[in-house]
Amino acid sequence: MGLFNKLRKKILKAFLQNAHATKIRSFRRTWYMLIKEFIQVFRDPKMRAIIFVVPVLQTLVLGYAVTTDVKNISTAIYDLDNSEATRDIVDSFKHSGYFNITEYIDNDDRMRELLDKGEVLLVLHMQKGFEEDLRTGKSVPIQSIVDGMDSNTAGIVQNYVARLVAQISNNIFVKRLGAFNKNVGIEMKSRAWFNENLESHNYYVPGVVATLLSLLTLTLTSMSIVREKEIGTIEQIMVSPITPLEFILGKTIPFIIIGFVNVTIILVVALYWFEVPLRGSLFLLLFSASLYLLTILGIGLFISTISHTQQQAMMGAFLFYFPIILLSGFIFPVENMPDLIQWFTYINPLRYFLIIIRGIFLKGIGLRILWPQILVLFIMGVVSLWQASRRFRKTMV
Amino acid sequence: MKISRILAIARKEYIQIRRDWHSLLMALGTPAFLLIIFGYALTLDVDNVPLIVWDQSKTPESRDYIERFVGSRYFSVQGGYADNYKHIIHAIDTRRALAGLIIPIDFSEKIHAGKRADIQFLLDGSDSNTATIALGYAEALTASYSENLLIKELNRYGITPPKPPLDLRSRIWFNANAESKNSIVPGLIAVIMMVLSALLTSLTIAREWERGTMEQLITTPVSVQELYIGKLLPYFLIGLFGVFVVVLMGEYIFHVPFRGSLVFLFVMVTIFLIGALSLGMLISIVTKNQLLASQLAMISTFLPSFLLSGFLSTICNMPIVIQYISYLVPARYFVTLLRAIYLKGVGIETLYFEAGLLTLFSFIMIVLANIKFKKKLL
Repeated sequence: MGLFNKLRKKILKAFLQNAHATKIRSFRRTWYMLIKEFIQVFRDPKMRAIIFVVPVLQTLVLGYAVTTDVKNISTAIYDLDNSEATRDIVDSFKHSGYFNITEYIDNDDRMRELLDKGEVLLVLHMQKGFEEDLRTGKSVPIQSIVDGMDSNTAGIVQNYVARLVAQISNNIFVKRLGAFNKNVGIEMKSRAWFNENLESHNYYVPGVVATLLSLLTLTLTSMSIVREKEIGTIEQIMVSPITPLEFILGKTIPFIIIGFVNVTIILVVALYWFEVPLRGSLFLLLFSASLYLLTILGIGLFISTISHTQQQAMMGAFLFYFPIILLSGFIFPVENMPDLIQWFTYINPLRYFLIIIRGIFLKGIGLRILWPQILVLFIMGVVSLWQASRRFRKTMV
Repeated sequence: MKISRILAIARKEYIQIRRDWHSLLMALGTPAFLLIIFGYALTLDVDNVPLIVWDQSKTPESRDYIERFVGSRYFSVQGGYADNYKHIIHAIDTRRALAGLIIPIDFSEKIHAGKRADIQFLLDGSDSNTATIALGYAEALTASYSENLLIKELNRYGITPPKPPLDLRSRIWFNANAESKNSIVPGLIAVIMMVLSALLTSLTIAREWERGTMEQLITTPVSVQELYIGKLLPYFLIGLFGVFVVVLMGEYIFHVPFRGSLVFLFVMVTIFLIGALSLGMLISIVTKNQLLASQLAMISTFLPSFLLSGFLSTICNMPIVIQYISYLVPARYFVTLLRAIYLKGVGIETLYFEAGLLTLFSFIMIVLANIKFKKKLL
């Protein structure tokens, strides 16, 4: 009886000792994979530039390029009356700050030419007899012609013109009432929260942070693993004692670190160059960013299991990247999309990350309000990495 | 230069492409996907803005005013009704509402007394585009309500209200209803070409270097020019096919008006396609490494042509520095050209500047690709 127990204890001890040693060896192997990956990635100076310098440049350029603000509207004035009344109206347009009057024209052909060539966005047309009719209390037509090639800008310009003309018209109206100058009516006092001057880059720059991060991490992860497949070095790795799990960790951890460094760099640009207000917790932001990275890494890992060449990996990354970016609310609001597509956005991790990042930056809200989104990102990250590594172990070994 | 060698290279490339048909499918699927998405899902138009209302007055007048908001297609009462300021803050914070309307308790009294009543309108300014548009709607609704009050008041005194002095006649040329698909579809052709060059040709030569098959090619009598043309040929045909599909879909599914010359369109498409593909090959030649090539292609062709070409955001709204940078993006000229051909129906007499620059771009790319492509081992 005692002998059996002693034997059992001996076997147990030997087994545990071995496992302990295996764990240490396992950790060491992962560590070596990590180092190898870092060396490979940073060997090429061009790669170093792409990872560190380019995101800065991209954030700078994209932060400015992605804008829906409409200003400096190039305008031509087609004034056939040339009276004080019309000049007053032109002045009002000049002083509004939105319109940039570039030319005064006096015939239809020139107007057509300017619009055909795209040299002006707007033409304001006032007929002869404008002032006369205005003085006799009539309703005088004023025509606005907008270049419709860019539909969004056209709509907004039309909007601005309508508001300005309504304002000018109202002023004249009030003057006409003269003695009967009653203060009847409603006045609307409006305030825009979080972004008082309604500058679009406050909205888009945090989004640019999220999208650049996604692109870089997705392509780097998927391509670096497939690269080993394509060049043939993966067979060498597979015959080494390294286990699939250690391989996955060794491949993904470097990109988590690089992704993190990138987030920090891009955030610095967003905060100090674009001066986007950060009203919430930086810690919560970085924490959510790492959760989001988990999902992206999982997708990158998954792409690497379905691709045999780096070209396929890049295509795969693109295939995911496009819908994720366009259907996330980055530029085009989710609320404006048809219901069917809105349902699809519920599985888009970027959608949640954008809500979090914009909420933390502009609204200064925290865990109390954002916990649903953070929870979803966490679940998505864990599930995607888990499933991807399972598939990896099945297909790659 | 021997045609037979060119065709041999083209055939080899074609076989390689056909073997890797997944890539091809993805490359062609991307433009189709973009077309559908942009045609149906993506829009900056604003409708049904969720509004939260705090009616402190609770009179027929205030309800009438609120009805104008809620009854219009611009606002919806999804936001609900509030009883205090905190409700509104919470609704906007949690994005249950994008705007809040506060009607003061003395609203009805002031109106009856012929005095001015003040309304408070709070907006979530984060999404400035939606906020600006929503604000515009709110102001317009308020203005029309105000005007009605004024007219009622005037009628009470037996005065016929004068007509509004200025009668704005507003027209949009080339795109009468400012439909976004009319702007998107022509621009998409340019984007597709840049995407194809970024995804396909940017990897083709780097791949040969990485796999080691480039050395074999060097030992053959194939010259650099023959290699270049041979490799370009299949991708050029694929690109043309892609454009063809987009044009057809634009015409028959999205009904985008096409007012210009089809010949001019395809001539410019051919010129630009050759240039874009050559740029992709140049990247491939210079980097010799697929990972690097893909990153470089993304940065220098895809992202700029997507965001700095005028396709998504209008260039004249960007800061001056960025506008100067956009001059270097060939897709910019191409988007302008495409939209002008489609919507304005103009030809080379108006578009000579853009057409000239694009031709120059293509020429430079072809020359550079051929110069940099050296048949040497190092």
